[in-house]
Amino acid sequence: MSATVTSPRPRLRPRVLRAGQVSFVLRPRVLLVGLLAVAVLLLAVLAHLMFAGRPLSLGDVLRGLATPAGTPPRLTLQVQEFRLPRTVAGALAGACLAVSGALTQNVARNPLATPEILGVTSGASLGAVSVLVLAGGGAGGLSGVAAALGLPLAAAAGAVLFGGTVFLLAFRRSQDLLDSNRMVLVGLGATAVATSLVTWMLTLGDVSNAAQALTWMSGSLNGRDWDAVIPVVAVALPLLLLSAMAGRWLLLGSFDDNTARSLGLPLRVTRPALLLLAVLLAAAGTVLAGPVAFVALVCPLAARHVTGAVVPPLGVTALLGAAFVVVADLVAGFLLPHALPVGVLTTVLGAPVLIALVLRSQRRTS
Amino acid sequence: MTHSILAAERLSLGFEGRTVVEELSLQFEQGSVTTIIGPNGCGKSTLLKGLSRLLKPTAGRVLLEGRDVLSFSQRELARRVAVLPQTPQAPSGLTVTELVTRGRHPRQKWYQQFSAGDEAAVVAALAATDITDLADMALDDLSGGQRQRAWISLALAQESDILLLDEPTTYLDLAHQVEVLELVRRLNRELGRTVVMVLHDISLAARYSDRIVALRGGRVEAQGEPVDVVTPELLWSVFGLRAQVVPEPSEGRPHVIPLGAGADDASRLGAA
Repeated sequence: MSATVTSPRPRLRPRVLRAGQVSFVLRPRVLLVGLLAVAVLLLAVLAHLMFAGRPLSLGDVLRGLATPAGTPPRLTLQVQEFRLPRTVAGALAGACLAVSGALTQNVARNPLATPEILGVTSGASLGAVSVLVLAGGGAGGLSGVAAALGLPLAAAAGAVLFGGTVFLLAFRRSQDLLDSNRMVLVGLGATAVATSLVTWMLTLGDVSNAAQALTWMSGSLNGRDWDAVIPVVAVALPLLLLSAMAGRWLLLGSFDDNTARSLGLPLRVTRPALLLLAVLLAAAGTVLAGPVAFVALVCPLAARHVTGAVVPPLGVTALLGAAFVVVADLVAGFLLPHALPVGVLTTVLGAPVLIALVLRSQRRTS
Repeated sequence: MTHSILAAERLSLGFEGRTVVEELSLQFEQGSVTTIIGPNGCGKSTLLKGLSRLLKPTAGRVLLEGRDVLSFSQRELARRVAVLPQTPQAPSGLTVTELVTRGRHPRQKWYQQFSAGDEAAVVAALAATDITDLADMALDDLSGGQRQRAWISLALAQESDILLLDEPTTYLDLAHQVEVLELVRRLNRELGRTVVMVLHDISLAARYSDRIVALRGGRVEAQGEPVDVVTPELLWSVFGLRAQVVPEPSEGRPHVIPLGAGADDASRLGAA
């Protein structure tokens, strides 16, 4: 046997830590990349707090966050009440959408199968827009209970309805197999249905409600306050934790169904569980920031690429997603001459990645 | 009374309304090597899928250690039965070691990710299939034969009592086919593994199996020791093949010499 061909992806070898019955596998490169991603996210958050509005110095931002004695109340208010909610919303939306993308890509075994393509995000949009348009308070916008609970619940319901339908239609019951091509095609159909229902919905409501819904739909973090952010944080953090625990299934899940099962992965349980997590995460991200495009597609692929792992490590994916949306919001909303919704910028940055991906996969199959 | 570790009881299997295996009953004894032979489309692979619960029976049941396989959890089942499917697919970029390590999954927990026992099993599985040198290579970069041995190595790392192998010798040249079957025999004789496999080469099947099951149209046409099953009559009735069967020189096991299609009936040695 010749062993002269070298692996195209040399990596640092995993280390194993053992103590009695307990053993852990450490992947040095994943840890290193993870630490770097934490640093990048921290820098992005600080930059966002400094420049999302009238520029503040780094010292002012830190004082506003830590509020040592003698901090002007105005500074505390500005940092903690006006800027921080938007920063947190952006970071959390990015993390949720990125992890959601990693999960749907894994379940469908197709990098194109993101929550956007599977109809999940547009289902969430439909739910949210219905609330914005039908229950909106006219010029005053949404208020009170409708904003804090109605919008998230409607978005989650829309996402579950559309995501669940796509999954059921793509599932071949007789063979217990999930047809990934069918999933993407049915997803595209579901997206079209949800999108046209959204358009119809927009014609129904009051003009100012419709305008608000339109801005939200292009993915915007404008005017996020704690009242809107905190309920979603309370839901999204446990979902992210559950995803981290389910991350163990991802590697086996990317084998074919029969192999995954014969190695002990109960697909009948894990697949719906992963999909439900993905759908709820996509809904949470969409509620926070609107359907910010391409985060779910690009971040898992980037995480996989920089860590050299076979499946994207979810921690790194979440950190990259968070940093991506925070930076994109800073650039789109504050650094460009005309403020844009964050989703416009992520689309401009993400679309070339999609095209490169399609070209690369075509080259591989031809 | 023989001890059957795995048994099919009036087992029917099918896809989308089409019945492939019908009311089939079979017993597999502990520590035996059984090979299922039969023409293309006779239900060999389907039967193997049914035995490993990859396909749910439409009727009847499969008993593992006397218990219905449906009552096992997926992990429990994976600790007892290892399956090598016909065309397994791994995510691209996976190395041989990463692949073989997956065989330990049914025995791992989140706080027990790679125990000393896991490591020993992986090292032994790599050595048994002679791919220790390839351990760090990406699966995509291996030749067909090397890749096949890596997959067999994965099944070995599961350390299950029962091995179900669906055409483990596909993609292999004759030398490697023999090597794989020698490995199967070693696993059986030295470690007491029960093996059920599907093979196309009847002579090799006769050579390396304790029992042969011949399937046709989803039913058992004949079963028993190779010398009783591999006969010109059976080859004609099951495969429609005119062939001569001679004892091979070392152990006298039946060896098939196919005669061209359309040969006269003299070669059927008195088939009724």
